Amino acid sequence: MSNPYAKLPAWAEYGLIPLVNLIVAFLVAGLVVLLVGENPLSAAYHMINGAFGRGEYIGFTLYYATTFIFTGLSVAVAFHAGLFNIGSEGQAYIGGIGVALACLWLDRTMPWFVVFPLAIIGSAAFGALWAFLPGWLQAKRGSHVVITTIMFNFIASSLMVYLLTRVLKPLGQMAPQTRTFEAGGQLPKLDWLMSIFGLNLGNSPFNVSFLLALLAAFCVWVLIWRTKLGYEMRTMGHSPSAARYAGIGEARITVIVMMISGGLAGMMALNPIMGEQYRMQLDFVQGAGFVGIAVALMGRSHPAGIIPAAVLFGMLYQGGAEIAFEMPAISRDMIVIIQGLVILFAGALENMFRPAIGRVFASIGRRSVAAAQTRGA
Amino acid sequence: MSDIAIELRGIDKSFGLVHANKNINLTVRKGTIHGIIGENGAGKSTLMSILYGFYQADRGDIVIDGNTVTIKDPNAAIANGIGMVHQHFMLVENFTVLENVMLGAEDSQILNTSISKARVELKRLEKEYALEVNPDALIEELPVGLQQRVEILKALYRKADILILDEPTGVLTPPEADHLFRILGQLKDQGKTIIFITHKLREIMAITDEVSVMRRGEMVATRKTRETSVEELAELMVGRRVLLRVEKGAANPGDVKLAVENLTVRDGRGVTMVDNVSFNLRAGEIVGIAGVAGNGQSELLEAISGIRKAVSGKVLLNGQPIDVTAHVDPRELRDRGLAHVPEDRHHVGLVLKFEEAENGILGYHHDKRYLNGVFLNTKAIQADAEEKIKKYDIRPPNARLKTANFSGGNQQKIVLAREMERGPDVLIIGQPTRGVDVGAIEFIHKRIIEMRDQGKAVLLVSVELDEIRALSDRIIVMFAGRVVGERDPDATEGELGLLMAGVEGRKEAAE
Repeated sequence: MSNPYAKLPAWAEYGLIPLVNLIVAFLVAGLVVLLVGENPLSAAYHMINGAFGRGEYIGFTLYYATTFIFTGLSVAVAFHAGLFNIGSEGQAYIGGIGVALACLWLDRTMPWFVVFPLAIIGSAAFGALWAFLPGWLQAKRGSHVVITTIMFNFIASSLMVYLLTRVLKPLGQMAPQTRTFEAGGQLPKLDWLMSIFGLNLGNSPFNVSFLLALLAAFCVWVLIWRTKLGYEMRTMGHSPSAARYAGIGEARITVIVMMISGGLAGMMALNPIMGEQYRMQLDFVQGAGFVGIAVALMGRSHPAGIIPAAVLFGMLYQGGAEIAFEMPAISRDMIVIIQGLVILFAGALENMFRPAIGRVFASIGRRSVAAAQTRGA
Repeated sequence: MSDIAIELRGIDKSFGLVHANKNINLTVRKGTIHGIIGENGAGKSTLMSILYGFYQADRGDIVIDGNTVTIKDPNAAIANGIGMVHQHFMLVENFTVLENVMLGAEDSQILNTSISKARVELKRLEKEYALEVNPDALIEELPVGLQQRVEILKALYRKADILILDEPTGVLTPPEADHLFRILGQLKDQGKTIIFITHKLREIMAITDEVSVMRRGEMVATRKTRETSVEELAELMVGRRVLLRVEKGAANPGDVKLAVENLTVRDGRGVTMVDNVSFNLRAGEIVGIAGVAGNGQSELLEAISGIRKAVSGKVLLNGQPIDVTAHVDPRELRDRGLAHVPEDRHHVGLVLKFEEAENGILGYHHDKRYLNGVFLNTKAIQADAEEKIKKYDIRPPNARLKTANFSGGNQQKIVLAREMERGPDVLIIGQPTRGVDVGAIEFIHKRIIEMRDQGKAVLLVSVELDEIRALSDRIIVMFAGRVVGERDPDATEGELGLLMAGVEGRKEAAE
């Protein structure tokens, strides 16, 4: 009786239940659209078409997805060790410094494939540094990371305002941003990848950092499930008392995991800075760190779940912008409502339909494999 | 009026794919004590939860006094005269006895009227059933035995005619348990019906009139207690013949492997839990630490195994000191030959969400055997797990299965296999058979004796006095954090019981 929910087959657990949750979220969102006097079906059409209708739209969707993969992985890594890192937002922001410094230093003299590795290291290092402090404070002083990472988001924000208005801004420029990078600070687009599928990238900023995001997702999988450190992290995440029993140092793991989490968040900065804007602007993160929490929740903190969840949120961003453009009665805020509903049903209410689905499976199961499935308790 | 208090007809309940109760029929006669016995997971608790309204049966009828009733929640159960004494007490610690008894059964919105009425009623109940307890005492200040009495009074106050007691003796000393049995006898004489759930065969034989045996969700037999035997009940529970007594030869103690000197441990609130404890543990012997739960045994184990810091004292492992007053790395102790089977396997000894194989390396995950550099050598881990599954007969034999899906006995075997197969010099075991089914107990006891016969030093802590007596070569009794006596395993249960209750100990200390 310790587990009130019956065990479901993996495809139902990881496929059917999220799908049902998603469908319900969209149904409720449809009601909201209906409420403002618009046709939900045409809204759905604009959403899907706006996200996937043309090569250019797909490029935008995947561009957003790239950002969310990084922040989703960042949150998920911390989750596995039982740490709730709400500071991906600030860590990504600070990570931008690493990218900007690498680009400002070498963009005029070096090609992008030399600058890119340095920018990766820079972004990860700055993000990790920003997460190290809350991690260290929790490990040594017992200050909870949930509180400190939130506060560090505000500190990051203020710090960046200072840097972008006083230090990194070129003289005589009005906007709080760095100068625009030359060729060495610009990541190539992935038009060759799109053309394999016969699609045209158009103006979309879909760039090589997407491949880095996929690589990062694979590395996170290896880290969590195939390394000693990952084993220690998961032990601590599931049962701190078992970790103590096994001689796993809580302080050490906390600091290391927060730094990995911060590093992943920091790498998110590569995508908008080197991939789209070619400069660092004020507030370039735009809430991606918080979306990362939803992505990690929906993806069950597993890289194989985080990638589709990130694409889903990329679709909501890109398709949502399209709805707002095509249907004036629906403002951008409505899109935020829809995103909120997805998070609500997929994250907070993820167990709502489970008992019903469990019953369906139980009645099917009893007819066919009842004897085989009954455990010896 | 018939002489049948409760009849269950065809009760059936499933949780998803788990069929917890299969077509259960049970008849409990009025004015009797009816025992229900079965292994963990046999479905006893589910059945009683259905009777008390926590769950609804998928099928079947509950008949009370000849009327079919629907029990949709505990209030309906109380209205039908059913009272329940839970294994874990449902009392408000900082309320008085009186307040706890009337909680939820106040007869008016104005508290003072309720209190004075309840006081009169409580007095009457105390007299009628000889259940003395001070109505103004705070629950947290009462010993466990009296707290249980308050639970019984609560049920009687709600006019229960049928009392369900779920594993009531788990937290009691032997004298307290005897006292409880006397109370139950009186209640029976007054015409109350009692359903007594336990997994201890001895208790069933001692006080029940009839006994029903459950196995794997089914009611396999009902017997008149005086017409059955412990052996028959054990066989019915497990479904095969079991050996109840452990066979072991004489101990052959060697060098001192673990020496504990003047160890003092405080808990998080600064309360002294282990008070100046000293003892020796030799190679080739089993030393049992007896005591009622909560008398410092847990903290003692934690301090020795490096999980909890001690305030003062010395511990020598293989003659080398362990710095128990500073932070000790459990990993270092493992390397030095100390293995620890913790009391709480669910939260400490295992990570329930891990696959079986992953738990097989917990604490030993630094071992080169299981690693390729910083990566886990999954093949080696898997092979190692499969070997242990075979050797310890862990079922189901699937190293990829989540640990939470194994039964209590098999979970314990996973921990034992991990700790014993290392060939440690000193093995510390807490509650080796708590929540473990009879069949597995036999196996676990045999393995512990084998360890001893291989010359290992074994320190055993258990709240099951029978287990301590069966396995130990020497018995140390702890009470209120102190060692209050050391006895041979052939000391009588009464003698040990008095020590455990602190009675003898105080006298000895005074002398």
